[in-house]
Amino acid sequence: MPNRVFAGLFLLSSSFLAQAPQGNGADLRALQAAVAASQSAGDNAWMLVSSALVLMMTGPGLALFYCGLVRKKNVLGTMMQSFAMMAVITLLWAVCGYSLVFGTGNPFIGDLRYLFLRGVGAAPNPIYAPTIPHQTFMIYQLMFAIITPALIAGAFAERVRFRAMMVFSILWALFVYFPVAHMVWGNGGFLNAFLGGKCPVFDFAGGTVVHITSGFSALVTALYIGKRTGYPHDKIVPHNLVLSFIGACLLWVGWFGFNAGSALAASALATSAFVATHFAAAAGAVAWMAAERIRNGKASALGAISGSVAGLATVTQGSGFVQPFSAVLIGLVAGAVCFLMVSVVKEKLRYDDSLDAFGVHGIGGVVGCLLTGVFATRLVNSGLKLANGQPAALGWIDGNPVQVLHQLAGAALGIAFAVAGTLAALKITDLLTPVRMDEREEATGMDLSLHGEEGYNFEG
Amino acid sequence: MVKIEAVIQPSKLDNAREALKNVGIDGLTVSEVRGHGRQKGHKEVYRGREYNVDLLHKLKLEMVVPDARQDEVIRALVEAVRTGAIGDGKIFVSHVEEAIRIRDDSRGESAL
Repeated sequence: MPNRVFAGLFLLSSSFLAQAPQGNGADLRALQAAVAASQSAGDNAWMLVSSALVLMMTGPGLALFYCGLVRKKNVLGTMMQSFAMMAVITLLWAVCGYSLVFGTGNPFIGDLRYLFLRGVGAAPNPIYAPTIPHQTFMIYQLMFAIITPALIAGAFAERVRFRAMMVFSILWALFVYFPVAHMVWGNGGFLNAFLGGKCPVFDFAGGTVVHITSGFSALVTALYIGKRTGYPHDKIVPHNLVLSFIGACLLWVGWFGFNAGSALAASALATSAFVATHFAAAAGAVAWMAAERIRNGKASALGAISGSVAGLATVTQGSGFVQPFSAVLIGLVAGAVCFLMVSVVKEKLRYDDSLDAFGVHGIGGVVGCLLTGVFATRLVNSGLKLANGQPAALGWIDGNPVQVLHQLAGAALGIAFAVAGTLAALKITDLLTPVRMDEREEATGMDLSLHGEEGYNFEG
Repeated sequence: MVKIEAVIQPSKLDNAREALKNVGIDGLTVSEVRGHGRQKGHKEVYRGREYNVDLLHKLKLEMVVPDARQDEVIRALVEAVRTGAIGDGKIFVSHVEEAIRIRDDSRGESAL
């Protein structure tokens, strides 16, 4: 069998050689064009798959992860919070979101050049991703805008009205996500290290854009709307950790699209980000399980999956900048720190971040942002060039310790936008429609009182 | 006729059914119930938050038998589900006034 394969390969290559140009300029250009076209085809294939993987993180990944952690009367309401983002944010993105993030504009917000996706077609956008259709880049970035507000829902689980969540999410995208994403990834954005930012921050796949913003917005939301009725006295426990388990595993797999896809090409950098992502998830799970074993005597399933998500959230920012064992270290720190936040600090401070969006994504995001400043290296990512064309030193281990301060400034700016934007969005939402469910609705549960249906009808 | 209600450890269901079959009891209703007697509950920890679970999962077996068979059935049941540890459960016996088989309207012990 192998012999036949080799014979086939030999035939293929010899027929290719027979057609190969004989050295004159026009043929050489034709060959280069053919090579570029096949690279584009490969890149586009990977980016379309990555786009689908990132969407899979929201539904079913996050929807399952979150819905298993709530009580059964809220299972559909919680899943709907994720799913509705797939619908609502998509439309907002098409109308103005993409333009506000990736239109050049000013350092803090994009312009309206791509309003209604005008001019976003098959031709690549050479500024952002020169080898894939502009539309592929647009749809890939949309998936990030979808999952970010869906993450915040973890902080207001089981007690926020559906209509209010829709209004809040649209306002939040406009006030927080679009500006921060533009600052970090948009052309000329204030924090964009690669496209002329004043304060160069490395954020490969959205540690600041996605996890810091959603995490700190989650904390603000949890404090604004208050605790669930009965928390922390009543027994409020996950109704189905099996669903959470499946959700977390889908998140882990989807995260390859999130981080490795952020290379925007089927390149060696994508592989490096893929490896870093996987290693950090594994290390996060190990660290959380070990911490639990020490503190409670048992390593739990919920702990293991929470640890992997913490590792994934934390490595996101540096995934395309760090070497494999830096990623392991980042994952270990993430598992331990997020465990302490969720099970020690939250208990002391007594805020009801119901599903730990702040403890995992907010804290993990900040830790990952700073550690990117430490571990980013040109050995992995040579995208930033010096004037002489050599790759620039990136993080502290490259001999550029000041990067840690840049990362800190980036995180601080992200937090500032998240806190101010979330407060504004909540206040405005409350003026239009009450954010919090009333006591009876909350006792009945979201499924019946908000959606008029139940998740489990076993009598049927 | 008497009704025998036995609240037992869920893991002992098969033993109980086999013992009942051996003494010739065919009719049985089983329900999943929660409750506690003297047995203390256990601790569950979710992301560092501890909960004491006092209401434990048990199974309740109900059967109605002729008066004459009461002692024999109870003895078989007790032997089948006893472990000797706290939490083995309880058996309650009460009188039953009438039994009706819905299919043919037969009454009393012949309906069992």
